[in-house]
Amino acid sequence: MSRIGKIPIAFFALFIVAFPWVAHEIPSIENYTDIMIFAGIYCLITMGLSLLMGYAGQISIGHAAFYGIGAYSSAILTVQYGLNPWPCIIIGMILSAVVAVLIGAPSLKLRGHYLAMATLAFGIIVYIIFNEEAAWTGGPDGMTGIPGLSLFGFEFDSVEKYYYLVWIFVFAVFIFTVNLIQSDTGRALRAIHVSEPAAGAMGVDISRFKILVFVYSAVLASLAGSLYAHYLNFINPSTFDLFFSIKLLIMIALGGMHSIWGAIIGAGIITFLSYEWLHYFEEYEVIVYGAILLLVTIFLPKGLVGVPGIVKGWFRE
Amino acid sequence: MNFVDDENILEINRVVMAFGGLMALSNLSIRVKRGMIKAIIGPNGAGKTTLFNIITGAFPPTQGSVRFKGLPIEHLKAHKIAQRGISRTFQTVELFGNMTVLENVMLGCHTRIRSSFLASGFQLPQCRRKEAQIKENAMKILKFIGLVDKFSDPADSLPLGEQKMLEIGRALASEPELICLDEPAAGLNETETYVASSLIRAINAKGITVLLVEHDMKVIMNISDEITVLNYGQKIAEGSPEEIQNNRRVIEAYLGSE
Amino acid sequence: METITLSGQLFQYLITGITVGSVYAMVAVGFNIIYNVTEIINFAQGEFVMLGGLIMVFFHVVMGLPLIMAFPATVILVTLVGMLLDRLAIRPIRQPSVLTLIIATIAASILIKGAAMFIWGKDPYDLPAFSGRNPITVFGAVIQPQYLWVIGFLIVIVIVLSIFFDRTIIGKAMSACADNPNAASLVGINVNQMILLSFALSAAIGAVAGITVTPISLMEYDRGAMLAVKGFGAAILGGLGSFPGAILGGLIMGTIESFGAGLISSGYKDAFALIVLLIVLFFRPSGILGSIEISKIKRF
Repeated sequence: MSRIGKIPIAFFALFIVAFPWVAHEIPSIENYTDIMIFAGIYCLITMGLSLLMGYAGQISIGHAAFYGIGAYSSAILTVQYGLNPWPCIIIGMILSAVVAVLIGAPSLKLRGHYLAMATLAFGIIVYIIFNEEAAWTGGPDGMTGIPGLSLFGFEFDSVEKYYYLVWIFVFAVFIFTVNLIQSDTGRALRAIHVSEPAAGAMGVDISRFKILVFVYSAVLASLAGSLYAHYLNFINPSTFDLFFSIKLLIMIALGGMHSIWGAIIGAGIITFLSYEWLHYFEEYEVIVYGAILLLVTIFLPKGLVGVPGIVKGWFRE
Repeated sequence: MNFVDDENILEINRVVMAFGGLMALSNLSIRVKRGMIKAIIGPNGAGKTTLFNIITGAFPPTQGSVRFKGLPIEHLKAHKIAQRGISRTFQTVELFGNMTVLENVMLGCHTRIRSSFLASGFQLPQCRRKEAQIKENAMKILKFIGLVDKFSDPADSLPLGEQKMLEIGRALASEPELICLDEPAAGLNETETYVASSLIRAINAKGITVLLVEHDMKVIMNISDEITVLNYGQKIAEGSPEEIQNNRRVIEAYLGSE
Repeated sequence: METITLSGQLFQYLITGITVGSVYAMVAVGFNIIYNVTEIINFAQGEFVMLGGLIMVFFHVVMGLPLIMAFPATVILVTLVGMLLDRLAIRPIRQPSVLTLIIATIAASILIKGAAMFIWGKDPYDLPAFSGRNPITVFGAVIQPQYLWVIGFLIVIVIVLSIFFDRTIIGKAMSACADNPNAASLVGINVNQMILLSFALSAAIGAVAGITVTPISLMEYDRGAMLAVKGFGAAILGGLGSFPGAILGGLIMGTIESFGAGLISSGYKDAFALIVLLIVLFFRPSGILGSIEISKIKRF
């Protein structure tokens, strides 16, 4: 069930590497490289969330908060203190990890709806802080002048260069996460998801794993936020609202919660919906998302990744 | 008779368990000698599974103590108790249906390896070595319990009899010194029951102490070294199978409860 | 001009808090009704309030129907939406797990929100107050008469619900489903119908809340989520499943928010209720009037 084959990974890598070149050649999809940067950034978040929700069976409707913590840490430290962006990204990730522990530890004993509401409330509180603490964050107007990223003099100052930067991160995290899933850690997480009493009886320290996965997903979201900030060079609180947390949920549900490919597919599709296909139909955007989520929940509980299984099932009957 | 006479691997001392106003266990004292097969029997509701839950750390007793290898464990969490060397199966099979037969047993080895999150993610060589070793151990166990051919099948595709065997196999993977089996023969037909009994004897022959709760009297009488009888949370008799069979209080308890 | 004394100011906050708290209480009651019968938390609860306000605007302001007709018309329409929610979002789910149900109600809530945005746009709408806007002065506090309408309706709802659940057969049937759906269906109670009814009732109560509060605080398409979270907080604070708890929780929540906004910081107004929610969840999830044992038995 979690055999993640090397061939699909190779094909995917090929696709990603070739994409900007292909997009450049076809005028109508020239801007797709830019959109793929956002897809990659969202993949970072969804991979962590899929581990949290699909494997450990926990839920978070507040992950926009960690995305925002990463973004604002990077923004504030580079703009107001002039620090080099790279350590700021790490600082943001450490900050997110600390916050994740502070929220995660008391949430351990919460289940289902209670946990969902706790993460919801947490996400909104952080959003309010972004809006209110204008001295730090610039308030509702946001922050501008966030520097771009460069490494040893090489500047990631074009869309293509930033694209490859983001996707290198995505692949690194992908491999790391796949390794986790296929290791004892992944088994322990899946065990926790199915039966906590049995997992505990087999020696799995459930609390430790739940917090670990929560922290991991928070740290990835933070990294994504930092990359976002350094790309757009501008952020404002409305990006990190409840609706974004719900969009993340939609990405996972659409792609398939129990599969890391699902995280990638879901992120990809919703990103293109957001930035390209629905861009001119803003009034419909929310309805479309709601409909997608509802239809997926009712008809495709395993997400798009589960479709081949359903089709196979038809042939068997 | 293959148990060491003077070592109590498990001691339950004056344990009381109250759920609100309900006394599930009162003043219960039981000792289990290392190497024996001890059975806990009693009518439904006598408190047997509650006792198991306390021993394996699902919740602490209201009063009293539980000592394993001389050290108190009554306030330890389940995973810590598993690390100390106690393993268990469940009354209603609690397999990890989302994993294969092999993976279930591999999960059983969890306590024996100390793999860190980062080491797993980076797939460091020590991690890969441990993983290969776990796989080898798990396959050995599957051979021992007779399920090696189905190692890559999903765990919930097995018939009930084999699921119960798998659960025992998983419990063995952590190399326990004491294994607590909660109704291993429940729901099994005659052949399956026979296989289960043989397996329990084979496990005991390896030196593992067995504590079991069971309703099937044939199984109990055949394999137990000693039997403790509970009724309404209290011990009403203890002794060899022959002694228990002729014990009046035991007979009354079972007849009276119908 | 009356001078504003400190006690007057505090009393003002108290009255505002009780008014806002009444809305939260109504949302909490709605949560409890559905939760008691199904053990589902309906994340779309807040949307009923939003719809109540906006649909009333349509009937009363746009179409010019008198209050006496527009009010029940709105409640009926929102009730229908609630029933649709059950039929289209909850019932079709074949393998209900906690996660799936949470996501289903979230999906429903953003669908409803999206539809509202499509129909009414993003602007806030106003409703004329039921009995005018001449302020009443009580103990140095200036109160809009509409506040009293909100509190009044809460009282009416409490009375009606008590009679319904304790004295009518249908109400008792619903309570039976809450305790034990299997036993209930064995004695001939149609559990699915009871679930539908619980959604209908919750929607109706939400609508009343929306209609009565819009003249005070306006209403726009995306108010639902915040109301749902705070209403849930009120329900949890009072003890999930308990009606007196919902009332108590709502009033306390509203009062804390009002005093917090007035005395500490108005920018963080929404955060106060959320912080209370987190504190309750982390330290005493069974709430004030809830029982710890019962909260452990509940499936979710």
